[in-house]
Amino acid sequence: MTAADATRKGKAGDPFSSPWRRRLPLLPALIFTILVTQLPFLVSIYYSLTDLKDKTQSLIPQPTRFVGLENYRTLLSNPFFRDAMWTSVKMTVLSVLLSLIFGTAFALLLDRKFLGQGLVRTLLITPFLVMPVVAALIWKQQMFSSLFGLLNKALEFFGLDSVQFISDHPLASIVTVLVWQWTPFMMLIMLAGLQSQPADILEAANVDGAKPFGIFRQLTIPHLRRYLELGALLGSIYIIQAFDAIDVMTGGAPGSKNVPYFVYQESIGGGFRYGSASAYAIVVVFASIIIATFALRVLSGLLKDEERA
Amino acid sequence: MSGQERGTTLGVGERRAGRIAVGVVAWVVGLVWIFPVAWTVFTSFKTEQDATAQTLTQGLSLDRYREVSSSTEGTLSLATALSNSLFVVLVSTTLVMLLAVPTAYALAIRRVPKWRDILFFFISTKFLPVVASIFPIYVYAEKWNLIGTRTILVVLYTAMNLPLAVWMIRSFFMEVPRELIEAAEIDGTKLINQLRSVIMPISAPGLAATALLCVIFAWNEYFYAIQLNFASGSTMPQWVIGNVDTRGNFLAKLSAASVIACLPVVLAGWIAQKRMIRGLSMGAIK
Repeated sequence: MTAADATRKGKAGDPFSSPWRRRLPLLPALIFTILVTQLPFLVSIYYSLTDLKDKTQSLIPQPTRFVGLENYRTLLSNPFFRDAMWTSVKMTVLSVLLSLIFGTAFALLLDRKFLGQGLVRTLLITPFLVMPVVAALIWKQQMFSSLFGLLNKALEFFGLDSVQFISDHPLASIVTVLVWQWTPFMMLIMLAGLQSQPADILEAANVDGAKPFGIFRQLTIPHLRRYLELGALLGSIYIIQAFDAIDVMTGGAPGSKNVPYFVYQESIGGGFRYGSASAYAIVVVFASIIIATFALRVLSGLLKDEERA
Repeated sequence: MSGQERGTTLGVGERRAGRIAVGVVAWVVGLVWIFPVAWTVFTSFKTEQDATAQTLTQGLSLDRYREVSSSTEGTLSLATALSNSLFVVLVSTTLVMLLAVPTAYALAIRRVPKWRDILFFFISTKFLPVVASIFPIYVYAEKWNLIGTRTILVVLYTAMNLPLAVWMIRSFFMEVPRELIEAAEIDGTKLINQLRSVIMPISAPGLAATALLCVIFAWNEYFYAIQLNFASGSTMPQWVIGNVDTRGNFLAKLSAASVIACLPVVLAGWIAQKRMIRGLSMGAIK
């Protein structure tokens, strides 16, 4: 055996030389994620092709039959499902957009120096930390309620008619709570963006006599774009699945029922039709995949920028 | 970046006036945003009559806190919900960190082939609607007698937070100087020692921010909790909901319960807010 062979052999024994040794550290997480998130999804696809129901819910239990694409055919003609889809779109787009706008505005304010800056930041982030169930309850009982809500007390004070906020404007009420909770989250991301602006470039622009607004438009906004995208992406992931606020505030009353809540009611929330509910869920998954493809492209852009940096 | 540098084209007086104006606007915004929370804290000290009428005639006291924390036979007690929540949150966050740190290592430092695809896979699981997998989980949890146990929530919360943790920790690991890692490699330091002596100390603040976010999301989770854990395994969100009474007045008690349920996470978030700003940007952009 030559010396060269020995080194090669030594290299082969190096714990990181083979790709599989490199993969070892990520295998536990990968296997766990596949088992807990992907496997149930496959089972869902199977369920969606059957007429599976909860046996304890029917008087005369019947064996589960394989029905092929039957569930999918009925789903497309269900007007309630279409309503839920539309509600989902409105709820998500409105909430994400409004909280991004407020979040950016608040971040710009907090980026300035003023008395009590840290304290105001603390006040502003608090709603994001509040349990979503509690946030929904606070707004429902303390703000919107027609019995003891402060908003109606204020209207009364000014001699105006009271408004049944939750029953007359269910979607707007829920969006209000979501925006209230997610604005701080967007603000934190935008603050991170503002604070990462390269100081030397801003200074150079200042020395060159650029106007503050010009600096904002030409330097700050392009720099913030990636952060806006990140905020929109993360916000949508969570808000599209909104459940707590709907459950607590309206219980899925017409106009406020998004797709997750619709599917929930069709299955474990009372309908117990696992077969057809699975078909709805699968359609949602495919809709999500389309959205996710766009979103992942954003992420991919972020990663490429990072490599360049 | 301070306002001072940006305002150099303005006169001294104008600059001061501008700063005061910004301060006033910011304070107004902050007070408006905190108002519902502040009012709830205020209500929690009132009597039920005062709470319902939104007045203050009978003084403030801690009585509502005493009422909600004393347990009644047959209902979910604060002690049970609190210990369930603590158990589920701490165990799931520990598991997330144990799984995510080696994964982030393999995606950021000793990169595996196709690391980007694997990272995307983790993130993409967050796009799967929870409802799409809840029935199989429900059916199998029932089959394996896991309904109403803390175990099922630990498993689901770990899966729920893992992608976010992998993504964040990976970004923090990217910031560890390569030279330090290479030096440790030349010394022949084992993976576990490399992590302990070089990588962990540098990324510790980021790891703390990540763990905190996992704690927040797990502590506040409600959907899985009500679907799978209506029995003795109930957690804090269910305990708060349990204080909504359909008969009689409950607003002050509900407020007290809300304050108790939110306090731990709100305090933790306040303490760690600066870290969270960095953490939420996920170090994605340096």
